[in-house]
Amino acid sequence: MNMLTRRVLIAAAVLAFVSPAVAQDKSIVVASTTSTQDSGLFGHILPMFKAKTGIDVKVVAQGTGQALDTGRRGDADVVFVHAKPAEEKFVSEGFGVKRYPVMYNDFILIGPKSDPAGIKGSKDIVAALSAIKAKGSDFISRGDKSGTHQAELNLWKVAGVDIAKDKGPWYKEIGQGMGAALNTASASNAYVLADRGTWLSFKNRGDLVIAVEGDKRLFNQYGVMLVSPEKHPSVKKDLGQQLIDWLVSSEGQKAIADYKINGEQLFYPNASDSGA
Amino acid sequence: MPNDVSALQLVLSSDPALFAIVRLSLYVSLSAVALAALIGIPLGAWIALTNFRGRQGVIVLLNALMGLPPVVVGLAVYLALSRSGPLGSFGLLFTPGAMIVAQTVLVTPIIAALTRQTIEDLWIEYRDELTAMNLGPVGRVATLIWDARFSLVTALLAGFGRAAAEVGAIIIVGGNIEGFTRTMTTAIALETSKGDLPLAVGLGLVLIGIVIAVNALAWTARRAGERLAG
Repeated sequence: MNMLTRRVLIAAAVLAFVSPAVAQDKSIVVASTTSTQDSGLFGHILPMFKAKTGIDVKVVAQGTGQALDTGRRGDADVVFVHAKPAEEKFVSEGFGVKRYPVMYNDFILIGPKSDPAGIKGSKDIVAALSAIKAKGSDFISRGDKSGTHQAELNLWKVAGVDIAKDKGPWYKEIGQGMGAALNTASASNAYVLADRGTWLSFKNRGDLVIAVEGDKRLFNQYGVMLVSPEKHPSVKKDLGQQLIDWLVSSEGQKAIADYKINGEQLFYPNASDSGA
Repeated sequence: MPNDVSALQLVLSSDPALFAIVRLSLYVSLSAVALAALIGIPLGAWIALTNFRGRQGVIVLLNALMGLPPVVVGLAVYLALSRSGPLGSFGLLFTPGAMIVAQTVLVTPIIAALTRQTIEDLWIEYRDELTAMNLGPVGRVATLIWDARFSLVTALLAGFGRAAAEVGAIIIVGGNIEGFTRTMTTAIALETSKGDLPLAVGLGLVLIGIVIAVNALAWTARRAGERLAG
């Protein structure tokens, strides 16, 4: 065996060693958000999808901003997130093929039982945020460009607060996921904006309760997109599209509606609402 | 994995998901240590025995690299293995292979730096003998590595400790995908973020137990080896 052959064989052996899974093909990577994963939704619906199609779905749970970036780099086949303007930008820039609305739930403002800002039971999120700012009550912000963070920033804007300029020591940006933000709020008795799904499945609540819910402005829409195979030829477009087609099919929509924690439905399918 | 049972119960009921996580953790970290040893031991020994310009600088750099921040290594490996990166065509990102690559980068400087120190100390002791034996440089390196083999176990264990404990690099390059790239440390991070602190603590105790078991095994093997070698 000459030197070159031996080197090639060694290189091949090393590669085979470090990439045991490259040969697996009926699988796709979905970049999604922590809310869909931590709420347990994927654990409920993906086994049904696999039973039907045989496709393994590997979920990388990130914030919406990071998940879109993962798609932009071509490291995922499908992106499933919740920030409509950012999703539309992703598609218009050519990184996504088409955006499909899938489902919605809502954001809720979580706060300590003692309710230092005096807003518990209110249905007006804008007035509640104004009260938090006026009283300087502790508030935890995700600060990570996630869908929830973008929704929070938007609500401050609606409340007429320029949070970048007006924030005081009461406003803490932690730059982490939903669960970490809830853990921080629980430990420091602060207010925090959360998606209902993560809240329902969250265990370390301490003294936290729902302070504000039911405002139309707290609507939280999820959309799904195939990453453009033109930009990234490695995208598994047939398998990815099968997942999208299933999510928006009556079967997939029913699977989403059927997911409940303690009898409470977490996500409401609305794929048929083309404007969502 | 069910959330409402303790990790101890999971172990006792031999939960297959937990075993898969433990198996993957060991597979990734031990593979990384093996690859890092293949690179780091010869490299460290070579630096110990060779005089070249800038040698002091290389030693300082090697020692400093022992403290490489995992999150930085994770980010660098992520950018390299991403489909948009230079090694993207291998499709390694979000696979156990990517996690092995990242941990190999983290562990190699540790094994190389500790090997360098061990071999250099030994070289000072045996310099005259080895010079008298008239061995070439490769022969010297091989003889000293063989003589130091029991001490080098400690270097491997230091590397393994680093690999098994880190979460910053593998959570970025592996993606913490359930049943595929979820390890002990990324599972602990996930359960913490879900607010299931008892399960996170339980998993942490299991991880510490595994690290102790691996070290005990290595210690026993070393003792047995020393006895056989006389």
